[in-house]
This record gives sequence, C-alpha cells and structure tokens, in this order.
Amino acid sequence: MITDLKSALGSPSIYLPTVATIADVRPISKMEKVFTVELPKGMSLNHKPGQFVEVSVFGVGEAPISISSSPSRSNGRFELCVRKAGDLTGALHTLAAGDRIGVRGPFGEGFPIERFRGKDMLFAPGGLGLAPLRSLINQVLDERGNFGRVIILYGARNPSELLFTDELAVWGKRQDVELLLTVDRADEAWKGNVGVITTLFSKIQIYPRNTVAFTVGPPVMYRFVIMECLAKGIAEGNIWVSLERRMKCGVGKCGHCQINHVYACQAGPAFPYSEIKHLGEAL
Amino acid sequence: MTFHVIPKTALPDWVERLGKSHRVVGPRPLHGQFIFDEVTSAGELDLSYPTTVLPPKKYLLPQREELFTFRGRGGETRLADDGRPTVVLGVHTCDLHAIQLLDLVFAQGNRDQHYLSRRESVALVSIECLKPCTPHSFCKSMGTLGVIDGYDLHLTDLGEEYAVDVGTEKGQALLQGFASVREGTEADNRLFNRVMGEKWPRFPLRLDFDITELPSLLSTSYDSSLWEELGQRCLACGMCTNVCPTCYCFNVIDEVDFTLSAGKRSRVWDSCQLDRFATVAGGHNFRALQAARVRHRFFRKGKYQTDAYGLLGCVGCGRCAQVCLVHITPVDTWNELNRRRSVASASAVVKEAKA
Repeated sequence: MITDLKSALGSPSIYLPTVATIADVRPISKMEKVFTVELPKGMSLNHKPGQFVEVSVFGVGEAPISISSSPSRSNGRFELCVRKAGDLTGALHTLAAGDRIGVRGPFGEGFPIERFRGKDMLFAPGGLGLAPLRSLINQVLDERGNFGRVIILYGARNPSELLFTDELAVWGKRQDVELLLTVDRADEAWKGNVGVITTLFSKIQIYPRNTVAFTVGPPVMYRFVIMECLAKGIAEGNIWVSLERRMKCGVGKCGHCQINHVYACQAGPAFPYSEIKHLGEAL
Repeated sequence: MTFHVIPKTALPDWVERLGKSHRVVGPRPLHGQFIFDEVTSAGELDLSYPTTVLPPKKYLLPQREELFTFRGRGGETRLADDGRPTVVLGVHTCDLHAIQLLDLVFAQGNRDQHYLSRRESVALVSIECLKPCTPHSFCKSMGTLGVIDGYDLHLTDLGEEYAVDVGTEKGQALLQGFASVREGTEADNRLFNRVMGEKWPRFPLRLDFDITELPSLLSTSYDSSLWEELGQRCLACGMCTNVCPTCYCFNVIDEVDFTLSAGKRSRVWDSCQLDRFATVAGGHNFRALQAARVRHRFFRKGKYQTDAYGLLGCVGCGRCAQVCLVHITPVDTWNELNRRRSVASASAVVKEAKA
C-alpha cells in the first residue's frame, strides 16, 4: 500500500519532516540544479501541479520549494529545480546523490487542472518561473488529448539562463506545441527573439474566450504579462499566477507569506487574477 | 449565579497545595514592573497587579520553543516534549480573550500539536479586573472587560475573600480536597453583585466609535494617508508585537552543537514590523515599506483576524501603547481613521449639497 506524504504530516507534529533521499542531482545552468528526490519506500508525494514542499537540510534550516515534476511522471520520485539563492538553497547545492534531506508537504492549492479540459493553454513563464509551471506543462502534455492548443512563451535574461533546454528542444519539435522563446540580452549564438517576454504576445493569435493563461516569474513581471493577457481579451478568472512568498511554516500559522489577509501557503500560491486583484499586496 | 468562596488568608495554603502537582505561575513584581513567573509561595504573588510586561501567552507559545532534535544530515529526528502541568494564576480578562483567539488559530486547519499539548497542560485561573490597570488599556472599548468562558477558575476580589467561579472540570480539580473553600451564600452574592456593579463606571470608553464598526472602518481606510505618517514615525523595533497577547507569528531556526551535525530546530517569535519579515531568498521584500508594515499590523488586529476567526485580533490590553517609543497606539490610530472618515464623508455631503 502506498501512503501519501501528506498523511504523514501532523503525526506526531506538523513541523516534523519526513526524511527523503536525493536520487540524482543535475546542474542545468550556472545557478540552478534539478534534484530528484525519493521518498521512503511505500510513500508517494501525490501532489498537484503548482504545489510546493518544505525542504530541510538539517542544521541549516527549511525553505519552500515548488515541485517541478508533474504527477504523471512521479513514479515515487519528484523533482525540485533549485536556484542557489539563500542559506538553505546554498546548502542544498552542496549535496549529492545519496544524501538525505527532510521534506514536508505537498502544501498549497495547486492549479485545478480538471477545470481546464478543452481549453487552449497559454503558458508564459519568466526565468525560474518555468520550474513550477513545468509541472503543469508536462501534466498537460501527458494528457494532451484533454486540451486545445498548447502555447508556451518563455523568456530569460540571457540564453545561458534558459532552463530545461533539453525539454525546450523536445517541446519545440512537437507539432502540437507552439513554443516561442525570447531573451532580454542576446549573445553571439542567439538567433531568436530579443526582448522581454511581453514582446512575444504580439506574435501569437489566440481565441481569448477559450484560453487560460499561466504566468510565473520574477515579481516585476506579473503586472505586465497580466496586462498583455487582458489586452488579448482573456477573462480575469482565466489568468493564473503562482506567487512567490516566504512560506516559512507551510501550514498557515507563521504569518510570513500573508498577502493582506490571505495566507499564500494555504489559499495559493496558485491564484486566478480575479481572486487577487483586490489585494493591495499581491502584485 | 452560584460560586465558591476562598478567604484571602487561605491563598498561601492553596498555592502550596497547587505547587505539589503543578508548576505555579503568577504575576510578581520585578524592577518596578510585573512579570508572569514561577512562584513557590503566595507571598511572591501580587494578584492586584496592573499589567505584566509580557502576557501569559509565553507559557503556550514560548519565545523560543524546541520543536525537535536531529542527529546528522540523515535527520534522525526526535520530538521535543515539555508538557509540565502548569497553573497560571491571575490572568486578566483581556489576556484570556487573547488565549481564546490563539486556541482557534492553532486548532483550526492544521492542528499545531506543540501549542495544543502545552495548552492541554495549562490551567488558567483568571481574575476580574475591578479598576483600570494602566492609562493605556482600553479593554472596555474592545469588549474584553469581562469573560463568560475560557477560564478554568475565575476569581473576583470581594475584599477579604475571592469569589471563585468554576469554569471547567480542570478548574474543579484545582479545588479538590481544599478545605478552605466554601459555597457562596446569599450575602456573598449580594456583595458580589455590588462589587461587579461598581466596577463598570470606573473604566473609560476610549474609542470614539463602537467596536463592531472597526472592521468596516479599516476596510475603507486601506489607502489612508495615516499609514504613511505612522510609517515615518515607526522605528520598526518590533516591541509592539513582542508584548502583544494575540501576536503569534514565528520564525523557525536550526541550531547545531559543537559536532556541527546534531542539533535542534526551534521556533522563535518573529515580528511583521521587522523590515525583512516578508523578504524571500532572492532578496525581494514583499512588504518593503514601514507604512505597509504598520498598516498590516493594524489590519491584522482590527480586521483580518476578525474575518478569519470571528474574534478580535486586539484585546485592548494597552501593552503595545505602553512600550512604543514613538507613541503609536491602537486607540489614537483607530480614532484618527474614524475622524478622517467622518471629515471625508461630511465634505462629500457638502459637495453634493453645493452641486
């Protein structure tokens, strides 16, 4: 019998992590590594795209990390794409296959994928924002028949910061995926689009009444992508974001992730724009 | 009502009896102020204390609380266990209201076993406030100058004796076999009613509006210029949240021993008023302005907690007002918002009349 990691939570403490093993570490850029994590035998993460886990390196601390792999490809393992940015992620980057870490979760409301059946899916991640959206993208591609068009607009600051380039190449070759890439600053080898991610919106035609858009990226990006989506005629309830916050406890207590009265770790981090546009602290 | 009576002369005996089975905690003087602290005799207690520096919250959510220990990066973890049976004597009704909110916060949704197990081991003996404790308190305005439940025992000072109301079986057990307790008589009841009747006029109403208006007042004051003005004054020291009986935000930290591989994970009080409270690893601060942080605190106290739990996030104890070095207080803040709203709506009426 397979038990969910979540059911281990709360017994005997909601703050006690389950010890998991790093099965593989794969650097994918100068700053980012992909960690494949294996839970104890008989345990499964059973997550939804858009959820996150609290990752512990004992002696260093704990931090929220979005789940980068899709439930459809879990197989008892899951992937975390981690940028070396702080204490915890710095320590994580020193670990190798076979090392052990603590995991709690999955936390938050993921994207309600069942509500998007038959819709055209427009993904617009920026930079590291592809890490959480990759979970949803691969889930959609694994159930490709349930969806309309799949459009991926992906931007990074420069070509070396594009993540998951091997997968981008695969997506780019698929007939049923429309992939457009851009970089803020090109190098000599770059032959594609140059400019921020919003410059890609003028290159696509969509049917707004059947389109659901998803964007995750650096804080400055959201308002501009949302404006592009609204200008295209996509409904406010069909523009989804995932908001980065300091989810210290993950269980709605510690207060760090609050967006006005909303605990991002409980109600989010995935939100439709219609639900957060009235929150002064959201975007 | 029916209640028991304990003569004040029996207090030393009672404290000694309680001390045999419990850690006994109560208000005691220290350097001209009062603190809740462990006592071994009634002589150390002063149940007529004005207010304490920190609320009794610290026995339910300690400033630093070990969650578990670990050995090695493999994380062989062991849960901390500290559930000494404790009696807290002399809890004011404002602090009792605050604990009722904390009980909801830590029991609803994901149950926080650390808080709840401490809560289980703590008995609360509250005491009726008969006169204002400090010039800063505004419990009457907040509706916290009285309680109907939430205590295990509740004391009312009748002069020579205490009236004792038993709130729970846990409270009943604290009186078990204590010969000095007697049933209240008709004469005690008359005295009790006189004492209670005389107390209410002694307390001022310090808010210019009814407390039920506070959430709606705040909902129309989000963009008030007052937040910027307070943000300019605020020193971001976090004292207001440190002394608050309803604040419970925390950080979680790991500490390692000299082997650098074994250690413990603890939670420590944190404050939304500190500048890096909402900062993420990449360096982005999602509440970068002090004005926004001051606003967040007053919205939590006056609206967010009420919306989420149906209880006020501020109980009017006045501790934050007392410790603030730049005199930012809930009473002044909410009254000023109310004044500005009145001025704004009055000028809107005048404008409409002119048009």
